[in-house]
Amino acid sequence: MIAVQAQNITKKFLQNKSEVIALNDISFDVNPGELFGVIGPDGAGKTTLFRILTSLILADSGLAKVDGFDVVTQYKDIRKRVGYMPGRFSLYQDLTVEENLNFFATIFNTSIAENYELIKDIYEQIAPFKDRRAGQLSGGMKQKLALSCALIHRPSVLFLDEPTTGVDAVSRKEFWDMLKRLKTQGITILVSTPYMDEASLCDRIALMQKGKLLGIDTPDEILNQFDNKLWAIKATDMYSLLLALRNDPTINHAYPFGEYHHVIANDENGLKLLANKFNAELKIVQPDIEDCFIALMQDETLSA
Amino acid sequence: MEREKVIEVKELTKKYGDFYATNAITFDVYKGEIFGFLGANGAGKTTAMRMLCGLSKPSSGQATVAGFDVFHNPDDIKRNIGYMSQKFSLYEDLTVKENIRFYSGIYGLSSKQIIEKTTSLLSKLHLEEEKNTLVKSLPLGWKQKLAFSIAIVHNPAIVFLDEPTGGVDPITRREFWEMIYEASARGTTIFVTTHYMDEAEYCNRVSIMVDGCIEALDTPINLKKQFNAKTMDDVFLMLARKAKRQAD
Repeated sequence: MIAVQAQNITKKFLQNKSEVIALNDISFDVNPGELFGVIGPDGAGKTTLFRILTSLILADSGLAKVDGFDVVTQYKDIRKRVGYMPGRFSLYQDLTVEENLNFFATIFNTSIAENYELIKDIYEQIAPFKDRRAGQLSGGMKQKLALSCALIHRPSVLFLDEPTTGVDAVSRKEFWDMLKRLKTQGITILVSTPYMDEASLCDRIALMQKGKLLGIDTPDEILNQFDNKLWAIKATDMYSLLLALRNDPTINHAYPFGEYHHVIANDENGLKLLANKFNAELKIVQPDIEDCFIALMQDETLSA
Repeated sequence: MEREKVIEVKELTKKYGDFYATNAITFDVYKGEIFGFLGANGAGKTTAMRMLCGLSKPSSGQATVAGFDVFHNPDDIKRNIGYMSQKFSLYEDLTVKENIRFYSGIYGLSSKQIIEKTTSLLSKLHLEEEKNTLVKSLPLGWKQKLAFSIAIVHNPAIVFLDEPTGGVDPITRREFWEMIYEASARGTTIFVTTHYMDEAEYCNRVSIMVDGCIEALDTPINLKKQFNAKTMDDVFLMLARKAKRQAD
């Protein structure tokens, strides 16, 4: 059975009297036990999508099922089965760590003891602070508590809305390590993120922008679909180099990328001439997900 | 000729009780430099930045920013720097034009200058048609570009950017960095924090804070050599993993 199924989901909002299409005909499936990433910037529609799949808001049209249950007609079954960690911390700030966990266990008709094994790995890290009020925790600890609370009823599908936004690189790595261990417990995980570098940590990814799916596949397959030769170029004065690339008609596209600029050339000789002029290092590189996202965004703009 | 220093920091310390939020940090930043100020959550970046912006009085040490002393002339510092953070920069319920006018007025531009600045900013950002739109209904990327332009509306010597690019799409993020390059090429010093390690590569020099101290400071190339790492991400992880204290 398919764990999550979305078919032609569309959702519109009114903003300042004009209509905004938050989700535009979105369709995809997530397999049981899969770690599925929804990747895109703010305004892509990630949160709206998760709120529809967790039965918190209704789509204007389309069909969605989670664990085989319809999100509209069988919402009560869905709420028993899913865990949801919203982007904004939404536990009770004036309850302690342990009280929060107990509260969520109780409303799902279970106890901490019954499912402790599932959250042990995560909860142990905050257990020394179990008598501290949730509002007094550091960002990283809040995140671990929220994840524990979302798991305490042993959901079959877990939705994590931007769990790593604003979190430093070390804590982000730790969080993904926790997700990997959770995956081994057979839970299907949907996670949204604006960080493109987290794509490679997912089994499959959906790239989203302005309510549309730009692509959906395994990270490797998305990379394989990049069909241009990609150059990396580096010189002493990177800004002058970028301006020169922009003004050169033989260059199709150039943008900063870490210590290099990435370039797609219409004419390789033109690029090599320019590289000589700047005494620049020039080489062919493999694209990463961010290159693919940029290329897909441009295709989208051209076809619009 | 020695390069002009616009930020000079010696042994700058901020204590809360017996907790050293920043512990004797020392560094200089040069005119026109893009200086990356990195650290894990809770490493002390925000405390340090608040002291350099004249918002918080250090416990000990010395620092001058744009030639003014953080102990004695914090108000002069505030007049001579720009500041932008992702969390707060513009007034959402004012229009684009009103925000430009408001900040220009705060920073003491004359009525004539305000009119000129408004016209040139709107044209540069291609926002002429949106000038009477409330800022809250602009896309995030436009908002951030507008916020940056407004943060340097008074031609400050230095602009402090606190995680300016969180959440924006990869194309807009790069357009934003091009505005940074451009300001830097005009001689504005850029002091920037970020969680995107590829952005650390765009900086001339990068400092990395761990537990209140500056553990590394150099160009991205030299840092990678020093730590025998392939990317700035690896350098950051190596240093930040040594942290003993809890985040935030």
